[in-house]
Amino acid sequence: MDAAKSFQSPESLFVVHSESARMATETVKVLGCWPSPYVIRARIALNIKSVEYEYQEEDLLGGNKSDLLLKSNPVYKKVPVLLHADRPICESLVIVQYVDEVWASGPAILPSDPYDRAIARFWAIYMDDKWYPRVKEGFFSEGEASKIAFEEADKGLLLLEEAFTKCSKGQKFFGGERIGYLDIALGSHLAWIRVIEKASNVSLIDEAKTPNLYKWAHDFSADVAVKDVLPSTDKLYEFAKLLISVMKGSTPEK
Amino acid sequence: MAEELKLFRTWSSRYSLRVVNALKIKGLEYETILEDLQNKSASLLEYNPTHKKVPVLVHNGKPICESLLILEYIDETWKQHPLLPQDPYLKAMARFWAKFGDDKVLPSIWSVFISQGQEQEEAIALAAGNLKFLEELLKGKKFFGGETIGYLDLAFGWMANLISILEEIVDLKLVDRKIFPLLSEWMNSFSDDPVIKECWPPRNKMVEKFKAMREPYLKELHETEVMQFSLSS
Repeated sequence: MDAAKSFQSPESLFVVHSESARMATETVKVLGCWPSPYVIRARIALNIKSVEYEYQEEDLLGGNKSDLLLKSNPVYKKVPVLLHADRPICESLVIVQYVDEVWASGPAILPSDPYDRAIARFWAIYMDDKWYPRVKEGFFSEGEASKIAFEEADKGLLLLEEAFTKCSKGQKFFGGERIGYLDIALGSHLAWIRVIEKASNVSLIDEAKTPNLYKWAHDFSADVAVKDVLPSTDKLYEFAKLLISVMKGSTPEK
Repeated sequence: MAEELKLFRTWSSRYSLRVVNALKIKGLEYETILEDLQNKSASLLEYNPTHKKVPVLVHNGKPICESLLILEYIDETWKQHPLLPQDPYLKAMARFWAKFGDDKVLPSIWSVFISQGQEQEEAIALAAGNLKFLEELLKGKKFFGGETIGYLDLAFGWMANLISILEEIVDLKLVDRKIFPLLSEWMNSFSDDPVIKECWPPRNKMVEKFKAMREPYLKELHETEVMQFSLSS
């Protein structure tokens, strides 16, 4: 393989790395709401890197987005927002990668090999764009539409089971020995998956159908970086009931 | 070991074009496999079983899918002519805006293209709102990447080619030079770049293709109008 030439001089690389080290000490704030899987992603990433941060709970159900949120995310007006040295970063997967790159001295979140990184990013996008929407559709719709959506979610989980086998290479997590990018991407949804399984009387991450993911789900939930930010099924179930009544009582906010 | 690079693409796919541009910027040799999406090759289905789509880059037998991910892979594997910034914050911004382009800008422009009347008026307002963000991004810069074309320019590259084609077909100005001077200038600079220029698909073929894609939406509208007329008489 040809040696890849870096066009960055050693001096400029030093400046970039020094700047990164300085940035890693600047204040960190997360704007979020506790039930959101996307917020959970940002918090897990920060926990993995042992970053201290201030957390601001947004009242989204009450429709009271803070001025800071609206100013920090004018494009989507959504959580999570990571504020680092007062600069906002939005979109959960962008945030996770940012955290991985800034706090580079902590445990790695993305794999080091470019191909493995591409695979991890691919499956994370698949989860968000293709798989999780089916799960939500199954939950929010009824009858035949719900049944079909859950069947498609099941098929998706079989793909993720296969992806797990390939990525984990016999170890506990997608990331190997420790939780990584894909663990965060899928694991952040676990609380809602359990609530939906309970409410819709379905088994998504099923011991028989997806045995590896079933075991992984337990290991992930117990991880020290995860357990304090992944809500309990009971607490989230109560929230889900409230959310549904709000949605039925008024036009859902876009 | 000799590098083996293959790109599965179609002649017109805007997502494939991102990868074509990136490979050209990096000066990489590769084999092109042109796909007919009505008749996908066995290789494509093998390399991208999940989505069965182009582009797919195959590097030494290993497939990478999703155009923006392919750009990152290319950038991480071949370090010459960097596409993404080194700084994590600037990198995060590039990723954020690239996603915004695909999730919001493109669909909003498409809505203008396929709608008519009141619906089109509303679509135009939404698209203009999205384009304003891009206009802001270009302040003080020639390209989204700064002085040279980078990841975000390639992510938005479809605009420099496709917007004028869609404008011609619907006879509407979407990116008005008076309202979006920086974006208009960027579209010219990007299109005029010698690397980019070489890779554009033939314009007349593109016009033909998109006119055909618009037909079913016009037909639907016409049928609705006929129905409304017959109901009112």
